[in-house]
Amino acid sequence: MISLASATPSALLSVQETLKGKTRLGSGCVSTLFNKEKGKPSIKKKSCGRISMTVAVNVSRFEGIVMAPPDPIHGFSEAFRADVDVKKLSLGVGAYRTEELQPYVLDVVKKAENLMLERGENKEYLSMEGLAAFNKVTAELLFGADNPVIEQQRVATVQGLSGTGSLRLAAALIERYFPGAKVLISSPTWGNHMNIFNDARVPWSEYRYYDPKTVGLDFEGMISDIKAAPEGSFVLLHGCAHNPTEKNHIPFFDVAYQGFASGSLDADASSVRLFAERGMELLVAQSYSKNLGLYAERIGAINVVCSSTDAAARVKSQLKRIARPMYSSPPVHGARIVANVVGDPALFNEWKVEMEMMAGRIKNVRQKLFDCLSAKDKSGKDWSFILKQIGMFSFTGLNKTQSDNMTNKWHVYMTKDGRISLAGLSLAKCEYLC
Amino acid sequence: MNPELASPSSSSDRRISVLARHLAGVEMDSKNDSISAFPTSGSDNNSVFSHVVRGPEDPILGVTVAYNKDPSPVKLNLGVGAYRTEEGKPLVLNVVRKAELLLVNDRSRVKEYLPITGLAEFNKLSAKLMFGANCPAIQENRVTTVQCLSGTGSLRVGAEFLAKHYLQRTIYIPQPTWGNHPKIFTLAGLSVKTYRYYDPATRGLNFQGLVEDLSSASSGAIVLLHACAHNPTGVDPTFQQWEQIRKLMRSKGLMPFFDSAYQGFASGNLDADAQPIRMFVADGGELLLAQSYAKNMGLYGERIGALSIVCKTADVAARVESQLKLVIRPMYSNPPIHGASIVAAILKNRDLYNEWTIELKAMADRIISMRQKLFEALRARGTPGDWSHIVKQIGMFTFTGLNSKQVSFMTKEYHIYMTSDGRISMAGLSSKTVPHLADAIHAAVKQVV
Repeated sequence: MISLASATPSALLSVQETLKGKTRLGSGCVSTLFNKEKGKPSIKKKSCGRISMTVAVNVSRFEGIVMAPPDPIHGFSEAFRADVDVKKLSLGVGAYRTEELQPYVLDVVKKAENLMLERGENKEYLSMEGLAAFNKVTAELLFGADNPVIEQQRVATVQGLSGTGSLRLAAALIERYFPGAKVLISSPTWGNHMNIFNDARVPWSEYRYYDPKTVGLDFEGMISDIKAAPEGSFVLLHGCAHNPTEKNHIPFFDVAYQGFASGSLDADASSVRLFAERGMELLVAQSYSKNLGLYAERIGAINVVCSSTDAAARVKSQLKRIARPMYSSPPVHGARIVANVVGDPALFNEWKVEMEMMAGRIKNVRQKLFDCLSAKDKSGKDWSFILKQIGMFSFTGLNKTQSDNMTNKWHVYMTKDGRISLAGLSLAKCEYLC
Repeated sequence: MNPELASPSSSSDRRISVLARHLAGVEMDSKNDSISAFPTSGSDNNSVFSHVVRGPEDPILGVTVAYNKDPSPVKLNLGVGAYRTEEGKPLVLNVVRKAELLLVNDRSRVKEYLPITGLAEFNKLSAKLMFGANCPAIQENRVTTVQCLSGTGSLRVGAEFLAKHYLQRTIYIPQPTWGNHPKIFTLAGLSVKTYRYYDPATRGLNFQGLVEDLSSASSGAIVLLHACAHNPTGVDPTFQQWEQIRKLMRSKGLMPFFDSAYQGFASGNLDADAQPIRMFVADGGELLLAQSYAKNMGLYGERIGALSIVCKTADVAARVESQLKLVIRPMYSNPPIHGASIVAAILKNRDLYNEWTIELKAMADRIISMRQKLFEALRARGTPGDWSHIVKQIGMFTFTGLNSKQVSFMTKEYHIYMTSDGRISMAGLSSKTVPHLADAIHAAVKQVV
């Protein structure tokens, strides 16, 4: 027991330094520092009464907090910025780049913003479920305006903060109304998926998805893991999917790339539409970060397809109740942009053209990378997975050591799991990457 | 994905082509097709959501919903705390329009993801606005500021952080307080207690009750404080009372969590309204602050605010910031850029900043004049009771003291929409509509007990 009765403030701080090494790392273990009893932060007992004020004032209440590790995806953006090598390549964050490797604001977006400014729209609070015009067009874009689920008003659509925010709303809904229900997540998946469900206190487990041997889909592994999961689990699916309706599982789509994968908005929504048309209930999170380049505007939606109009209305009311204590109501700007672009036939067509251009550029990059690697690599390794994989990313099959080597030796920034963002690659740089 | 793969040579090709055909919408043969139509579409019996009940309408936002439904030409919306002009219209500040024009015309602007903590420039400027440009805590890097979704978002992120990392999970909130406060804190994982605040007898502050309750709070507990213009009562402590509150809280190690949604709106002066917070920072202690630009910059729908945590040391502040990121990332990854850019553009430009202070003062002054007019109107009608609290209370709201029966009466007979606790938003009044409200209050007081 440390005698602090005669400690001066500075001595107190040095005691603190010594103790730091012994302080258990973890959240909020300040109690170790002060007192054996948890939750009694200041030493108030016995002879230390006079010191208690000094202790309370001089030592942070957050002293026991450890430095969190940097975000695996966003974290190294800083490292990239700090790197002075001219050959450096950023292939980490999933953000589209032009051939000149510049960020890209779509022309339709600029047009929409100018229109909005000309109209002089106000900045009143949206309702908790977001901009009605946005909710309408986003559901129609996803399901198709003539889909029975839309016509029968069986979709609860609530504007969310891009993909993450929409997933979080859904996770909170699951936690509240399906207590104990599990979410099955593909292995691998976007790293933040786990964090979202953890913070929402929803249990999750992984299903096999990626086969490192083929650098493709482990179909049988996926089916078997989904079949083995508890009855009534939510299965988080990427765009293309096997239907998991055995054991009354509920499909949960994360659609972050509609239009971006193939260049066609309809094609990229076909799985979702198929499931909806068959009368299934499902959840779909949407994001406009990539396909409309609205990354920083945080615009997306959560859609819950229900088997009746009434259920959809009730689910929507509960989603609103989740949003209210989180951020009250969502931001208006991105929602208006989407509503304007998707809701105006001329702008909508222009958007489709720009999207095909973006998706096309990525396809060309895939082709060039494949050509380069096939030419350079004499080992006979099959690089065709680069052509078969869909969308912005490619799982190279590189392991952590190799990925680190890419960064350290070659100044190529990518995530440790071997994932690269092809959107950050130009045809010109393919050779270097090879 | 190219569905027309050449005849598959490997099993993985075969699997991928099965999926590809599926993707292309080709009807799968029955061997592979395990999609079964969901038992009964259209009927609720087999819905997995059949046990989900309809949620009640939010009491505050619900007022606007009801107001919108009312066809009466004399209807008045005094529910939500959103500023209205003398003509009863929403207002976008001129300075905000100017800033937006600058932003939209700036060709170098992109829409790339902000960092998890938001727009750095916005964060720094927000901290300076509240704590003062020469604040030692800022100069010593002891303040971490992260952009959040207006006041609600800042409170939620702060509360989740505290629930995860702070040794005490109890928060004391004033009675009464904004209806959303208890929900935010409960969902974040804190346990909510109350301290006495409003005295219905005086329609002022129950200072004795406040002191007693905070004195008996568990050591180290968190205490929510409205920085100024208390919502819903409009009752604020005096500077002397704030000083006593500060001393009491520091002696018990209570952690202050300020909610500042009305800086500049209360008195019309940004620095004056920041005084209570600055008093707490000046004593070297720690605190949390949720800041909102919804009202004072009229940026309601843009959801722009900031959470600041003042820490003992720069090292602690850095660690705290890293943990805040872990709260934010799984909630929405990173915050929206538009509102932050507008605020930053205004705060960093001397001319725009000055214009803002003038427009802000004009809004605050209009509200103060509405208070005066309503008070005089009630006096002119000889409405029973002491109505001086209308001019004594501060900020956007007046706690009229009317009970829920009287409120219902006013809604039904006079088409006045307000929350059932008797709170009215002065910002929703104009010289033209004051007489109608005064008539309604007069009738309610005389006819309904």
